[in-house]
Amino acid sequence: MANGLRAVIDVDGLDEVITRLRVQGFSTIGPTCRDGAIVYDEIEATGELPRGWADDQDAGTYRLVRRDDEALFGYAVGPHSWKQYLHPPGELLFEVRRDGGGFVIEERPEPKSRYAFIGVRACELAAIGVQDRVLVESEHPAGGYSVRRGEAFLLAVDCGEPGGSCFCVSMGTGPGVSSGFDLALTELMSGEHRFLVRVGSDAGAAVLGEVASREATGEDLAEARRVVEMAGARMGRHLDTDGLPVLLAENLEHPRWDDVARRCLTCTNCTLVCPTCFCSTVEDLTTLDGQRAQRWQRWDSCFTLGFSELHGSPVRHSTRGRYRQWLTHKLGTWWEQFGESGCVGCGRCITWCPVGIDMTAEVAALRRPGVDASANPEEVR
Amino acid sequence: MVPTRYRVATKRQELTDTWTLGLEPVDEPLEPWSPGQFNMLWAFGVGEVAISISGSEDDTLLHTVRRVGAGTEAVCALAEGEMLGLRGPFGSRWRTVEARGKDVVILAGGIGLAPLRPAIRQLLLDRGSYGRISILVGARHPEDLLFVEEMSRWAESPGVDVEITVDTASSGWSGHVGVVTSLMDRVEIDGSSVHGFACGPEVMMRFAAKALTDRGVAPTAIDVSLERNMKCAIAQCGHCQLGPTFVCRDGPVLDYATAQPLMMVRER
Ligand SMILES: Cc1cc2nc3c(=O)[nH]c(=O)nc-3n(C[C@H](O)[C@H](O)[C@H](O)COP(=O)(O)OP(=O)(O)OC[C@H]3O[C@@H](n4cnc5c(N)ncnc54)[C@H](O)[C@@H]3O)c2cc1C
Ligand code: SF4
Ligand code: SF4
Ligand code: FES
Repeated sequence: MANGLRAVIDVDGLDEVITRLRVQGFSTIGPTCRDGAIVYDEIEATGELPRGWADDQDAGTYRLVRRDDEALFGYAVGPHSWKQYLHPPGELLFEVRRDGGGFVIEERPEPKSRYAFIGVRACELAAIGVQDRVLVESEHPAGGYSVRRGEAFLLAVDCGEPGGSCFCVSMGTGPGVSSGFDLALTELMSGEHRFLVRVGSDAGAAVLGEVASREATGEDLAEARRVVEMAGARMGRHLDTDGLPVLLAENLEHPRWDDVARRCLTCTNCTLVCPTCFCSTVEDLTTLDGQRAQRWQRWDSCFTLGFSELHGSPVRHSTRGRYRQWLTHKLGTWWEQFGESGCVGCGRCITWCPVGIDMTAEVAALRRPGVDASANPEEVR
Repeated sequence: MVPTRYRVATKRQELTDTWTLGLEPVDEPLEPWSPGQFNMLWAFGVGEVAISISGSEDDTLLHTVRRVGAGTEAVCALAEGEMLGLRGPFGSRWRTVEARGKDVVILAGGIGLAPLRPAIRQLLLDRGSYGRISILVGARHPEDLLFVEEMSRWAESPGVDVEITVDTASSGWSGHVGVVTSLMDRVEIDGSSVHGFACGPEVMMRFAAKALTDRGVAPTAIDVSLERNMKCAIAQCGHCQLGPTFVCRDGPVLDYATAQPLMMVRER
C-alpha cells in the first residue's frame, strides 16, 4: 500500500483526478457557489469550484468575499455538509403492496450513487467518523448509510482559511487532515498554484497513479506545514473542553439555560447544518387507493416540540429543555454514548443561527457559577 | 428498519380500549425474546408503535395494546387473519435471573402489568428459585384491571400474594381503594433480600421505588421500565434519549440506581 506517499499536482492534475473518478463511476460532489453561499453539488471540473472566493463568517453572519488570489479552497465550510449525501434528509426505507388479505414488503431500491467527495475538511472527516459510530458501528448498521459510506471516495483538503466561527483546534479535529481519507490535498499558492497530495488508501493511490504528478520537494512540504500551522493559529473561536461533560451534567439547572431560551427560536437550523446531528423520524405514505405504502426516514430535530412526545404531551416542552438537550448531548452525553465528542468544531451552528447563538459563548457562561436550583422531585413530570 | 410480516392469530379484548393480539410469523420468526423486551408493530400505511411483549404461546407473540392514538388505534383495529409488520425484540430484560434466591415485590400500574406479565409467568415457572412473591396491582377503576382471571390463578400458587387496588371504586367493588404503593403495608419484607420490579406511569414508578427503598431495598435491586418516544428502537433516531441513555437500547428496563438521577431532572 502506498499510504503516506506524497506528490505534487497542479490545477490540471486536479481536473484529471476528478475526471478519473467520474470514469470510475463516481458522482463527484464538491463545493460550488450558489445563491451567495458555498454549497455542495455535483461538479465535473475545477472550473465549478469557488475559485477566488472566501467566506466571512461570524455568529448569525455569512457573506462571500473576493480573495486576492485564485485559490480553489480558500474558504471554510458552508451550510451544507456531506451528511446530505451519506445520511440524506429523506430516505425510502421500504415499500409495501397490498396482497389479498395481507401485504408484500418490496426490496428497498438500491442506494443510488457512488459518491466521490471533493474538498472534505478535517472537521468534516471527523464528523463522518462520528456518524459512522452511530450508524455503522452499531448492532444494527443502517443499511443505506453503510452502503454509501463504504463506497464513498474521500478527497480531503487541509484548511488554509478558517472561518470566524471555526474552533476545530479546540476539538482536536483540524485544521490539518490526518487520517480517514483516500487522497488529501494541501493547496499551495506561493509561486506556482499547486497541490501537495497525500495518499491515504489503495483507491487513492490508484487514482493518483493515473494523473500527471511530480515528486514533492522539501519546499512543498515546508509550505504545506506552514499553511496548516497558520490556519491553526487563526481560529475564529475557542471552546474550553476541559471537564466539559461533567460541567454540563452538574449544571442542568444553571440559570444560563433560561437566558439562552429567551433568545433561541427553536428554528432547528443548528441541527440541520450540523454534520454530526443524526436524529431522524419516520413517515408513512399511502397511495390514494390504499394499495401501496411507503415508509420514509426523514431528518428530525430535538428542537421540535413533537420530538419527545409522550402520552399526548412532550417531555421537553420548553425551549430551555430543548436547547439544554442539544448542547448537553453534543458536548456531554455523547461521550458516554460513543466515547467521543458529538461536536467537531465546524462552527456551522454558530454561523447559521438566525439570532447568533454561539455554543462556545454558552459554555463559557455555564462555567460561571449560577444559582443552584436543583430540581424539586415532586415537580418532575 | 424493514419489518417482518406477522399475522394476527388471536385477538382478545381485555378492556374497553385494550386488546391482546397473538401474532404468528408469516415468514421467518423474529429472534427469541426475554420478558421486558418490546417489539415495534407496524400497521400498514399508518405507523409503528413500541409495544412490550406480554407473553407467548408457541410461536405466537402476545402484545397487549391500549388504544391511545393513531398508531395504537390501527393496531387494535386489526382483525384475526390480518397482517402487520414486526421488528424486534429490542431493549433490556427484567432481571428475573439475578433475583433468584430473593423475595420478589412487583408493583404494576395500569397497562404496566402487561410488560410484567411474562416476568411473573417466568417467576412462577421457576417458583422454587424465589422466596415470597408479592404482586401489587393498581388500576384507575375496577373495570380497568387487566388479566383478572390470570391474577387469581397466580394467587393460588404457594407463597404468592396478589394484592389489588383501584384509585376510584365503583359500585360492587369491595376491594382496596388507594394508590398501588399503599398496598406495601400489606407485605412483610426484609429489604436486604428483596428484588423489586415496577412498571407503570413514571410518577407511580418513582413512588413505588421510594416505597421499596424506604423498606431497605437497594436502588440497584429495583427494576423500572421507562417509556420515551421511539422511532427506530436501534439507537439511531435519537428520540428516546434520556441523558446518556438510549431507552430503546439501554432500557426500557433500568435499575433504579441508574434511572433515578435521570428521572429526577425535569424535561431531561
Ligand atoms: C418500550 C415501550 C413499551 C411500550 N409497551 C406498551 C404496551 O405494552 N402496551 C401499550 O399499550 N403501550 C405500550 N407503549 C406505549 C405505546 O408505544 C404508545 O402508546 C404508542 O406509541 C402511542 O402511539 P399512537 O400513535 O397510538 O399515539 P399518539 O399519541 O398519536 O402518538 C403520537 C406520537 O407520540 C409517540 N408516543 C406517544 N405516546 C407514547 C408512549 N407512551 N411511548 C412511546 N411513544 C409514544 C408515538 O410514537 C407517536 O409518534 C410502550 C412504549 C414504549 C416506549
Ligand atoms: S455542534 Fe456546531 S460546531 Fe459542533 S459540529 Fe455541530 S454544527 Fe459544527
Ligand atoms: S440555537 Fe439558533 S439555530 Fe439552533 S434552534 Fe435555536 S435559534 Fe435555531
Ligand atoms: S428509539 Fe430511536 S434512538 Fe431509541
